[in-house]
Amino acid sequence: MTNHWIDVKNADAILIMGSNAAENHPIAFKWVLEAREHGAVLINVDPRFSRTSALADLYAPLRSGTDIVFLGGMINYILRKNLFHREYVVEYTNAPFVLDPAFDFKDGYFSGWDPQKKAYDRASWKFQTEADGTPQLDKSLKDPNTVFQRLRRHFARYTPEMVEGVCGTPKDEFVAVAEAFAKTGASGKAGTIMYAMGWTQHSKATQLIRTSAILQMLLGNIGVAGGGVNALRGLSNVQGSTDMALLFNVLPGYLGTPTKKDHPTLAAYLEKETPKAGYWVNKPKFLVSLLKAWYGEAATRDNDFGYQYLPKNSASYSYLDLFEAMYAGKIKGFIVTGQNPAVSGPNSTLERKALERLEWLVVRDLFETETAAFWKGPGVDPAKVSTEVFLLPASAHVEREGSYTNSGRWLQWKWKAVDPPGDARSDGWFVNQLAHRLKALYAGSKAPKDQPILALTWDYGKDEPDLEKVLAEVNGYTVADGKPVKSFAFLTDDGSTACGNWIYSGVFPAEGQNRAKSRKADPPESLGINAGWGFAWPVNRRILYNRASADPKGQPWNREKALIRWDPNAELPDGKKGKWVGVDVPDFRPDLAPDAKGGGNPFIMLADGKGALFAPLVEGPLPEHYEPVESPVKNRLSGVQFNPLAVIYKADLDKLGNPKEFPIVATTYRLTEHLHTGSITRNLPWLVEMMPNLFCEMSRELAEEKGIKNGDAVVVRSARGEIRAIAYVTGRFKPFKLGDRVVHEVGIPWHWGFMGLAKGDSANVLTPHVGDANTRIQESKAFLVDVRKA
Amino acid sequence: MAKAILVDTSKCIGCRGCQVACKQWHGLEAEPTAFRGSYENPPDLSARTWRKVKFIETAKQDGATRWRFLSDACKHCTDASCLAVCPTGALFHRPWGAVDLDQEICNGCRYCVSACPFGVITFNERTGRVDKCILCPDRVEAGLAPACVTTCPTGALSFGDRDQLLGRAKERVVQLRAKGEKGAELYGERELSGLHVLYVLQERPQVYGLPEKPRFAAASVFPGFLMSAVASVVMGVVALVAFRERGGRGEE
Repeated sequence: MTNHWIDVKNADAILIMGSNAAENHPIAFKWVLEAREHGAVLINVDPRFSRTSALADLYAPLRSGTDIVFLGGMINYILRKNLFHREYVVEYTNAPFVLDPAFDFKDGYFSGWDPQKKAYDRASWKFQTEADGTPQLDKSLKDPNTVFQRLRRHFARYTPEMVEGVCGTPKDEFVAVAEAFAKTGASGKAGTIMYAMGWTQHSKATQLIRTSAILQMLLGNIGVAGGGVNALRGLSNVQGSTDMALLFNVLPGYLGTPTKKDHPTLAAYLEKETPKAGYWVNKPKFLVSLLKAWYGEAATRDNDFGYQYLPKNSASYSYLDLFEAMYAGKIKGFIVTGQNPAVSGPNSTLERKALERLEWLVVRDLFETETAAFWKGPGVDPAKVSTEVFLLPASAHVEREGSYTNSGRWLQWKWKAVDPPGDARSDGWFVNQLAHRLKALYAGSKAPKDQPILALTWDYGKDEPDLEKVLAEVNGYTVADGKPVKSFAFLTDDGSTACGNWIYSGVFPAEGQNRAKSRKADPPESLGINAGWGFAWPVNRRILYNRASADPKGQPWNREKALIRWDPNAELPDGKKGKWVGVDVPDFRPDLAPDAKGGGNPFIMLADGKGALFAPLVEGPLPEHYEPVESPVKNRLSGVQFNPLAVIYKADLDKLGNPKEFPIVATTYRLTEHLHTGSITRNLPWLVEMMPNLFCEMSRELAEEKGIKNGDAVVVRSARGEIRAIAYVTGRFKPFKLGDRVVHEVGIPWHWGFMGLAKGDSANVLTPHVGDANTRIQESKAFLVDVRKA
Repeated sequence: MAKAILVDTSKCIGCRGCQVACKQWHGLEAEPTAFRGSYENPPDLSARTWRKVKFIETAKQDGATRWRFLSDACKHCTDASCLAVCPTGALFHRPWGAVDLDQEICNGCRYCVSACPFGVITFNERTGRVDKCILCPDRVEAGLAPACVTTCPTGALSFGDRDQLLGRAKERVVQLRAKGEKGAELYGERELSGLHVLYVLQERPQVYGLPEKPRFAAASVFPGFLMSAVASVVMGVVALVAFRERGGRGEE
């Protein structure tokens, strides 16, 4: 989240799209309801009328996979009606930058498309520059080559009629949403966007989220209380895992992983990855300090601080790629902890088959999951599976301590309530043992492949690791005396500091001071900054980009919900006058006056300091709608049917369906009563009682067409496989009228599997191995099926 | 001072935390269920399910869909039919308004089951007695709110002095109507001389399965003359039989 959960209460308008927050975040949803109590309008856009829609002031349906058209339509509406926040857009975004006249967009492709290479040459995606290299500006926004005019022309095609024809949203319902949310473009008003997997699991998901960022910048909603683009994380510590390098393409703190080709040496990495301006100029300090934290005394200036110990990517190691490689027999062993891919992974038939090709599999969980039991799953002959499976008992969340980072980037310490039963052990214990035993195994080895393990610093105790010691290392320290650094501002690139994750620096600023444990709450009538509760990265800043909450002169757009302001008389430690003051930690150099050079550039992580309406990603610098890879209709916006850079896998089990055979759109989702693959919740009788079986939601119209009655058993089939479910015929799902065509959609929760108290088929049997062009997240929110009565 | 639960349906997200919290606090087992074409499960209140959330789909005249949720359980009436027909005194009023049930005294006659105008009392085949929500007297008399209220994440359920909650509920109805919720109304203020569960509804009561005018039903179960000494003799016999049956079953 750019903002945080409690801050949602400060919004004047809330757009929940690509998320069913009431269903999946029932506890935190109270902040949404509190905003409503203060008069905020709650808007929900979703393929079906959900638990969230039930509480919404405005609900609009849309066909899954067409969100860019809906948001693009809102952008077009706002620009056409002149409802954007002009001063914010002119001063804080790259709207006035003048683009190279060679930049173009024609029939679905941006300039530079190479159909042979299936990639873009980005040469024309650039700004015209002044003699000093800075971008040319036209603050009147009239030059036809400004980003603003380009954006306007690009989205001019996204009319309300187009929204109706592509999304199936009745025109007046779309306009009602656009009108309500556009009101936050007024100075001093704030609108927030909340999204989740309904946005990330598409073949053009990154561009979809970019569209929401563009919308929010046009309305001046970034950096302000009650604003932002807010990703709702689906588990208590997903944010923490991501920060700590869960993703295949980043090291802790979002430092890119080195690749064999581009980064053979530390110098090459730093040269290539360190920008010339913006806060990332400090990247060398963060990376060298990370290497010092990991390799300690073995990291010296002479050996590039152990840079050679880091694995170098030679291919993509995304989730989908790993399972494809496993299916191709290229992976021998697999440790699974806190995950159940046999149910959660797309195209589960392929993924379960892939597990058969492993030599060994370790699963740590509370119950025997479908992944641990894949060898006795439906259609599998155990006699023919040679994978050796180890099932280790893991502890539950109440049986272990540690820090959890929530969606709002808050680190909060959690204490252990009870000991785990029997042989169950915490995740920390497991990792600690693994490290100790690998080090013992390789002790004395001179083989280069063993050196990264031997060089690793590992001193957290013998049995259960001391997790506060780990957190102190993550925070960082000066090597000479081992004392914690106060923040990442004190990190260096000469090996004199160590830091396990620069963005977390400050969580442990002094010995014995674990800020994740602090518990001082703000009064309820405040803005809810809660600076004394836990620690938010970076540097306890609660709302990112908060320089933009103040106008170019440094005064808040909204005085009642002010975050920071420039006080010319406030004294600095050195006696000089003038600094940023307020309830939040400024996302800005504290002494940089608004009228100084760069004093009006609020996005300090970017080289030019301006919010990027125009921002190159692999499939273009502006978002464009393409149909999902599996879609029942032709793309009405261009001749390009789907994202030309979507990642489509081609193993024999990676089949794609055509709309003749599979005419119905399908989407997947979660329920309040179950968590993810149900590995815990399908073993809890009270939860099973409420949601006992897999079902398939469909409209009355589709049910009638197919002769299906509410409660009937049905078969849902895609090109990948078929599942049985119970039909849930409801008025909450409506067919989509796209021009003269009617398109049906069904929805299937993905919690079920063949183990546990409540057994059922897995929705992911149906979903494809198709990945987003930038992240390779699977497209499981829009694909094709057919449905029949069982 | 009379206490009450206020159920504000306009804040309910249908998460069913209340339904589970009730089971957890009172140690009620899960029932075997099957998905029957609604999120709602188990199908009815029962000896093992004292509180459950109803899921009600409605379509407005303009065709717009609505999905209403109602946390449903015993209403703890002032004029409580169940209590009036209970021959043993197993059902009784706590001074603060809860209709409590003393399992030790219940004889399993089930008159209360048919007397209850809301259908919230169920005969428990296993114990041979009846069961229902008792408003967590163990918690309330220790200064806590009932388990369902404590767990509610959105404030749809609240607990406190009935007078105060009544004031809040009335304000809420005015507020909702002003916002365009024309159907908003208060339920429970005067029904059966006052319920100890107050509802802010967004539709007519019958949409939620609540009787428009709940009747004090003792008379329809028991002719008046039976409410006398004769009754207690009959009841005594019933109780004895029930007791024997239970004893017998226990030895199996």
